[in-house]
Amino acid sequence: MPIIDAILDDFFWRALIGGLGVALVAGPLGCFVVWRRMAYFGDTLAHSALLGIALSFLISVPLNVGVIITCVVLAMALVLLSRTRALATDTLLGILAHSALAIGLVTLSFMPDVRVDLTGLLFGDLLAMSREDLLWIYGGAALILLLLAVLWRGLIMSTIHEELARVEGVPVERIRLVLMLMFSLVIAVAMKIVGVLLITALLIIPAATARRLAHNPEIMVAMAIGFGFVAVSGGLSLSWHLDTPAGPSVVVTAFAVFLLVYGAAAKVRT
Amino acid sequence: MTDPLVSLDNLTVRFDERPVVDRVNLTVHRGDIITIIGPNGAGKTTLIKAILGIEKVSEGQVSLGKNLIIGYVPQHLTLEPTLPLSVKRFMLLSGRSLSECESALGHTGIAHLLTASVHHLSGGEKQRLLLARALARKPDLLVLDEPAQGVDINGQASLYDLIRQLRDDLNCGVIMISHDLHLVMAATDKVICLNQHVCCSGYPADISHDPAFIETFGRPVAESLAVYHHHHNHSHDLHGNVVDSDAHNARSGHGGHTECDHAHH
Repeated sequence: MPIIDAILDDFFWRALIGGLGVALVAGPLGCFVVWRRMAYFGDTLAHSALLGIALSFLISVPLNVGVIITCVVLAMALVLLSRTRALATDTLLGILAHSALAIGLVTLSFMPDVRVDLTGLLFGDLLAMSREDLLWIYGGAALILLLLAVLWRGLIMSTIHEELARVEGVPVERIRLVLMLMFSLVIAVAMKIVGVLLITALLIIPAATARRLAHNPEIMVAMAIGFGFVAVSGGLSLSWHLDTPAGPSVVVTAFAVFLLVYGAAAKVRT
Repeated sequence: MTDPLVSLDNLTVRFDERPVVDRVNLTVHRGDIITIIGPNGAGKTTLIKAILGIEKVSEGQVSLGKNLIIGYVPQHLTLEPTLPLSVKRFMLLSGRSLSECESALGHTGIAHLLTASVHHLSGGEKQRLLLARALARKPDLLVLDEPAQGVDINGQASLYDLIRQLRDDLNCGVIMISHDLHLVMAATDKVICLNQHVCCSGYPADISHDPAFIETFGRPVAESLAVYHHHHNHSHDLHGNVVDSDAHNARSGHGGHTECDHAHH
């Protein structure tokens, strides 16, 4: 297919297609981050992605694989540690988030042979999206959307009232686990576009924007996806025309939309 | 006699070796309304969580009837402000059809709130919603944890009336926890006074004379309940306090009409 080939040869189109794929799953997962107050948790996982990158170079596995495995291990560690209740959850998250990021940076500095574009990893890079990345993104997105569709009722019920869900036979613990796996996956695939430091913003801001307009969880998810699309396409265009870093441009666009929607909604009220 | 819906055999739940629920035996049949009362920290909520299967049992056994459907009404519905949810959507999440959900809402008297946002409901409406949510599942057993919490005194009386009426309509068993001693004494079949172990149990009229009950709640409460039993038309008493009958009459002096059951809407 020569047309598709031509499009995929263009780095901007690759970035845009990849970014839209990320927004497609960042919408629903972002809603769960907002609903379940997991913003700090998402940050911690995202920060650990850098450690995952360092480890991938060390044991020479593909970056995505290294990042997913690190995020999953960290998520499990978080669940187990928070059960002991020795430390408050936010303290625990603060320790792990920044330690994982710092260990990742220190480890990378020990590998002078490895040339990594640190700015690109931290803040996203318009030029970095390869064809293989697109496969990862759409493969990951398909898997996440499938899981969301199958588990939807249980996910929403355990978010509304965990005990009520359990009495109604929802496997609450297993659902929590699957949700963590989905977060790890989305972080691994979103890293290239927005960078590890800004992934949580792409999850939270479109969802929070959608909250202002939505009256039901499903509508909020659909709107969050829409606002994510706007943020990605606007941000990447900004990055292309003004040569600004990709991740921050996407987040700035998302934030502008957020302000617009809340401003307009406030005006309608008065 | 049919098989019991629930039977507890020496049920014990320990937190760090400390028994919170201590060797409780209990059977619930269809049509029973059993109310668990007791002071704070008596293990009431832990006991029903063990029955519901969401608290680990340390010793003893919980046996539930075959294919038993439990309708659970938790103490609160605290919804994250970030989660938009309409009454209709919440009801449909039970997995039942819209007509079943609508009829359940009608049963608890809030059919008109179908399209409302759950965030905008009052305390009493939220409790009725939770009750409707449980009803939509057509339960064999209804388990309620302080159903009248956060509901004003008029609402409390009508809520307990509603629970009794639902028991009649559905022919289900009911287990509930309550602090509203005055109302419970009038609306329940059997009272279990829990203080880790079952300190006394029986019919409401008898239990307020039980020495163990008097010891747990104090003589003023026990006596006020005993007195109350002679006037149980007056279903709007102050929560757990001795009622000063003069002040009481002065307040409800409008035409001597002291039934406040229908003041909800």
